[in-house]
Amino acid sequence: MTDASMDSAAPKRRFVSLTAEDDRTRKRNAAEKRFRMYGIVAIAIGLFFLVSLVYAILSQGLPAFKQAVVKIEYTLTQEQYDDAESKLLKTAVYTDNFVAYLSEEMNARGIEVEFDAAAIERLLGKVGGDLRAFYGENEDMVGQPVTFELAAASRVDRYLKGTFEREDLQEGNRFFMAEDFDLIDAMQEAGFISQAFNWNFITGVDSGVDNPGGAGIGASVLGSFFMMLVVLFLALPIGVAASIYLEEFAPKNRFTDFIEVNISNLAAVPSIVFGILGLAVFIQFAHLPQSAPLVGGLVLTLMTLPTIIISTRASLKAVPPSIRDAALGVGASKMQSVFHHVLPLAMPGILTGTIIGLAQALGETAPLLLIGMVGFISRYPDTFLAGFLEPNSAMPAQIYNWAARSDAVFTEKAWGGIIILLVFLLTMNIIAIILRRRFERRW
Amino acid sequence: MYDAPPFTTQETAVTDVKIKADKVQVYYGDTHAIKDVDVQIDDKTVTAFIGPSGCGKSTFLRCLNRMNDTIDICRVEGNIAIDGEDIYDKRVDPVQLRAKVGMVFQKPNPFPKSIYDNIAYGPRIHGMAKNKAELDEIVEKALRRGAIWEEAKDRLHEPGTGLSGGQQQRLCIARAVATEPEVLLMDEPCSALDPIATAQVEELIDELRQNYAVVIVTHSMQQAARVSQKTAFFHLGNLVEYDDTSKIFTNPEDSRTESYITGRIG
Repeated sequence: MTDASMDSAAPKRRFVSLTAEDDRTRKRNAAEKRFRMYGIVAIAIGLFFLVSLVYAILSQGLPAFKQAVVKIEYTLTQEQYDDAESKLLKTAVYTDNFVAYLSEEMNARGIEVEFDAAAIERLLGKVGGDLRAFYGENEDMVGQPVTFELAAASRVDRYLKGTFEREDLQEGNRFFMAEDFDLIDAMQEAGFISQAFNWNFITGVDSGVDNPGGAGIGASVLGSFFMMLVVLFLALPIGVAASIYLEEFAPKNRFTDFIEVNISNLAAVPSIVFGILGLAVFIQFAHLPQSAPLVGGLVLTLMTLPTIIISTRASLKAVPPSIRDAALGVGASKMQSVFHHVLPLAMPGILTGTIIGLAQALGETAPLLLIGMVGFISRYPDTFLAGFLEPNSAMPAQIYNWAARSDAVFTEKAWGGIIILLVFLLTMNIIAIILRRRFERRW
Repeated sequence: MYDAPPFTTQETAVTDVKIKADKVQVYYGDTHAIKDVDVQIDDKTVTAFIGPSGCGKSTFLRCLNRMNDTIDICRVEGNIAIDGEDIYDKRVDPVQLRAKVGMVFQKPNPFPKSIYDNIAYGPRIHGMAKNKAELDEIVEKALRRGAIWEEAKDRLHEPGTGLSGGQQQRLCIARAVATEPEVLLMDEPCSALDPIATAQVEELIDELRQNYAVVIVTHSMQQAARVSQKTAFFHLGNLVEYDDTSKIFTNPEDSRTESYITGRIG
């Protein structure tokens, strides 16, 4: 009896080896391993999509930066020049001269192909006009060999890239004939066709559906730039002032709580809502010009403000209160303590938030659709002021516009436009990182 | 059982009353943090506030330069007068008050700027220097008074945050005296410091007594005994006893004071 009770009071300790895992440990270790696996799988999925996205964008968009050109050394004699300038249809004579010269050159290389001025115009555009414009400006080059790089039409481009085949040619296409394929082959055999960087895509303006190859994103880049100027000069001061007031000065009461909740809500409002607000307020009520970057910038300012306010307040909150105490303790006023001490310390956060807000605004399309910034813009604004007030497009709207057109060349341009947009966004993010590094103070 | 701490030798010279507090009440929301505190703080004297944590000594200290104004839910009642002027009068600008009543905080909190700019900031915003030479002079004088000139003179333009903890606290003291205040409030200035730095700061406090009324909040009774001439004992928001330091530590009138200084409560 007593023995038994003794046993229960001091149970015999079972030997547990540390070298062998017990069941619980094994289970826990297995759970941890599984969890790590989930993490790796999640990251792998993310990476896979990122890589496919980058691959898709680059493979489809990079061709937009290249363009087939006909590179040819051409000499215009003095007689031909005088002759052409004396005629009524001067550019036609230039074209004829060029056609004659080209077929001679081809024949000299042993390539037999029949073509006329119309075929050259289909493939290379208005060559005569280009030539005349060149010699008009450089009269001293007459009689000397000049190397011309003539941009080929987009269909030539696509034929060479393999996205436009002989079978694709439809009956009654005015822009391209069956025999043009032979001419392209012949010119390629003669070594006249090469690939060049398509500067026109970056600096040019949008073109009509009949000339997809000539379309460029330049004007809409400028439109985006003017919008960003408006956003920067409105959203940054308003946003920072509002956050400083709310964070440092405003009394904490129901009303400021209400404002705070609403700012957070505004950050989550779909951008199209801001678009329709902009349409109603800025265009229909205030009668600001339609489709203008000024209005676009105002709408995007409304959209960016909550982002800037939230990030600014977060970075103001992150400044240790001991700094405020220190400033107040030496007799600084509230405003001096904020502007001399708190704000400089919050600056990296504010700048980062602002640039991220700007980047968001740069990529925004929906509100622009509503205020009419998706029009067809075929010229640059003439003056700085006109850049704000004249109708323009923006990069994402231009991309949307191109993607909606049927010609495959425009689709290619849309992908190329996405590359340019991403380059801008990446640049802005890098600037944000650099600024943050620079202004960050060590404690 | 209890070793009486060493006392400062100087007897409290008869001096003017610098700060006079009358029936001061402080509320944090619904909490009554300070109850009916009456105290008279003398000029050119070190006054120590002691008491257990949460007894209200820091709160009361912060009333003296209206730092409590920055806390929304804090409410102060009663009368606090410096040189006979009520500092809670509507016409008093707390900014002007804080130039007159400097403060040193528990944790060293130098601005993330150079040592020079740390000191020069106060004089600059108060327009105390007409030119660079005068400002240089003020900075040197303040750093000398803060007993940190020797360590800092060759690195004036290096960040103040790069100093050690004790040096940072002396820098903060130098910053507080740079604006030529009349009263210096110190909220546990040595709690983040090691014994050597503490000794340096205490020595400094003793020197500062020549020019200022110093009020120091401390958790260390030895420190209170070492540096102060007058001691106030706070308990649960009440000012239990206020007298000469020597009297408080040897012959306290209130039993709570005695319990506290002998280590039975607190």
